[in-house]
Amino acid sequence: MLSNLRILLHQGKQYIPDVSNARLPGIFRGRPVISTVAVDSNALAELCPTGAISVDPVTINMGKCTFCGECAFSFPEKICFTRDYKIASNLMNDLIIREGADVPIRLNPDAIREEVSRYFSGSLKLRQVCAGGDGGTEWELNACGNVNFDMGRFGVEFVASPRHADGLVITGPITENMAEPLQTCYEAIPDPKIIILAGTDAISGGIFADRSSLNRGFLDNYKIDLFVPGNPVHPLTFINGVLELIRKRT
Amino acid sequence: MNCISISNNQTIPLRDIPELDYDDLLEMNTKLLEAAECHCVNYYGLPWRRGIKLLCCIADDRARSIHVSSAEIRPDGAPLPSFTARNPAFQAFERELAENFGVAYTDHPWLKPLRYASNRKDRDQRISNYPFYRIDSEELHEVGVGPIHAGIIEPGHFRFICNGEQILHLEIQLGYQHRGIEPLMLGRKKPLERITIAESIAGDSVVGHSLAFVSLWESLCRFNPPEELLFARTMALELERMAIHTGDLSAICTDIAYQLGSAVFGRLRTPLINFMQEWCGNRLARGLVRVGRHHFPFTESLAQRLIQLLDDYEPALTEMYDEMKSLPTVLARLEKTGVVLPEQAASIGAVGMAARTSGISRDIRKSHPFGLFAGMDHQPIVKHHGDVYSRTQLRNEEIAQSARYVRGWLRDIPAPVAELPVLGRALENAFSISLVEGWRGEICHCAITDDEGELLHYKVKDPSFHNWLAVALAVRNNEISDFPICNKSFNLSYCGHDL
Repeated sequence: MLSNLRILLHQGKQYIPDVSNARLPGIFRGRPVISTVAVDSNALAELCPTGAISVDPVTINMGKCTFCGECAFSFPEKICFTRDYKIASNLMNDLIIREGADVPIRLNPDAIREEVSRYFSGSLKLRQVCAGGDGGTEWELNACGNVNFDMGRFGVEFVASPRHADGLVITGPITENMAEPLQTCYEAIPDPKIIILAGTDAISGGIFADRSSLNRGFLDNYKIDLFVPGNPVHPLTFINGVLELIRKRT
Repeated sequence: MNCISISNNQTIPLRDIPELDYDDLLEMNTKLLEAAECHCVNYYGLPWRRGIKLLCCIADDRARSIHVSSAEIRPDGAPLPSFTARNPAFQAFERELAENFGVAYTDHPWLKPLRYASNRKDRDQRISNYPFYRIDSEELHEVGVGPIHAGIIEPGHFRFICNGEQILHLEIQLGYQHRGIEPLMLGRKKPLERITIAESIAGDSVVGHSLAFVSLWESLCRFNPPEELLFARTMALELERMAIHTGDLSAICTDIAYQLGSAVFGRLRTPLINFMQEWCGNRLARGLVRVGRHHFPFTESLAQRLIQLLDDYEPALTEMYDEMKSLPTVLARLEKTGVVLPEQAASIGAVGMAARTSGISRDIRKSHPFGLFAGMDHQPIVKHHGDVYSRTQLRNEEIAQSARYVRGWLRDIPAPVAELPVLGRALENAFSISLVEGWRGEICHCAITDDEGELLHYKVKDPSFHNWLAVALAVRNNEISDFPICNKSFNLSYCGHDL
């Protein structure tokens, strides 16, 4: 008993008190900012491994971006990745960062379904399904519940059974072999329910986009409530995105 | 012996690999494996002229060499005698050959689909129709688990045949994670695309797989990485090992409902992965390893941070581990649970942790050293009971060992070179192999180039490819309620297997 107390004492305070304003240590590649400096934009677009960069005007689609940062190394005067981790959005188009724009990403309150804030604002139970995810985002979603990030304090938790869940979190590019189990799991969740895509692979297929080994048909049939970019998703990105979704700004 | 013996990260002309008759290939390679110091690191096929070229790579841990041999077969030829009938370590390799090329065998004991790859020969085979092993008995029942599991983990299906609570047999069906990594490597030609793919093979082994890829590619391009690159990569590999092992200790505690251990080991992983982010901007080290260069030199101030971190981390980990191992309720769940006997581990060709916890000293860092290990006398940590507790102890001791290595390296940070050598083109018509001891075990990448030095074939093998069978063997005669802790103690990769 005493040794347990001693161990507890030695851990000190581990949780992040304010998950919305915490500063990340060192470097972090979060929301990119694109300057209006003129560069060889075709060379810039050509650089990107996943075709996330478009030209005229230069944009970066965070739903495709792997956050490798190569563009910022080659064109530091043009692109800079900020430490802003609040990059989740409920509209796919809002994931596109435009030249000259340095504004925080916020959810569009008008596009949040009414039942989401009515039913889930105090408690949201999520069932995660990995459909070809490489384990990275899965790892970070697990970390959301650890003593550091402690997502449970907001009433947001991952549960084992889809029957207990209010929504589905999909990770991975959605492989052909997982298409059917994913559909089965979604149907097992009672209504009303939400769908969250977590990670670049889930949002766009990432480096696997257009592969014949994928089957992303599921996404055509349902409204996606939240897109959480990242490779992998940072726990603070996920937590802030979900909180903004369920605690809709009025 | 009719094979060519090469060393880790060596590139040779493809024509130097002796081509044997199939029967001789079988005879020679199964004979090689009779020596305890030899195991199969890769055996695979690629389309070749009008047939299939088979390549077999056997690592000899004592001679520190890899014996490579080949044979050409016709896909529509008569069924072949299998390697597996002689040595079960080949079972998964031959299942892959059968699935992808339609190779038929006369005596393979378990010729079932491996991963339902999108380039499989028979597209009518569906993952929902896997032919499970069955026993008809009034007393026995089957339990199916997955592909979606209770936690936030990757998918796979586990089919148990139980007598009451006791597991008689477990069959593991994988393939749900198949993304087509290997063909994608050929389709995407930019180095940045390829390293991005390598980083995605298994998201918890980013450093391990990307290190195997860059070592292979640099060898093909005759690029000698300067000390600075070797330092950063080896350092990152050991930090990855420490971080994942720490997280695994937490997960093992979670699975036996030991809350204090779960929380404390869990929070101890955080500073390690946050350090990776401080260093390279990503908690899982994506972006750190690049072909022929790097963006994130290891600086003196990072070294100071890391020493300070280890000074806090190590006593905290030791305190928690000592407490945990003093609890009879914890030990009762870990000891003699999920045993893999040394002879079982040897027969299935287990690698990495699964081998070392069953008394087999198999560690690429020792036997085929790469990076900074080339100049070191690494002594693998070996446990002998093959149970969950051995796998727990091994993690704890490997963390301490890696921390010792890291502290040693930090005393002598190589000065950055003014200008890195330029990366040339890859050699034409060449074969290259790279082995890396990741935290899970041995990662093996092989490549073959064409007349113009472009990739003709790329082969990835994650340690999980060998070790999933160890999980199936470990749970036999255990209670089904101990399955989660057994599975977690191996922590194998689904996507690394499915590719």
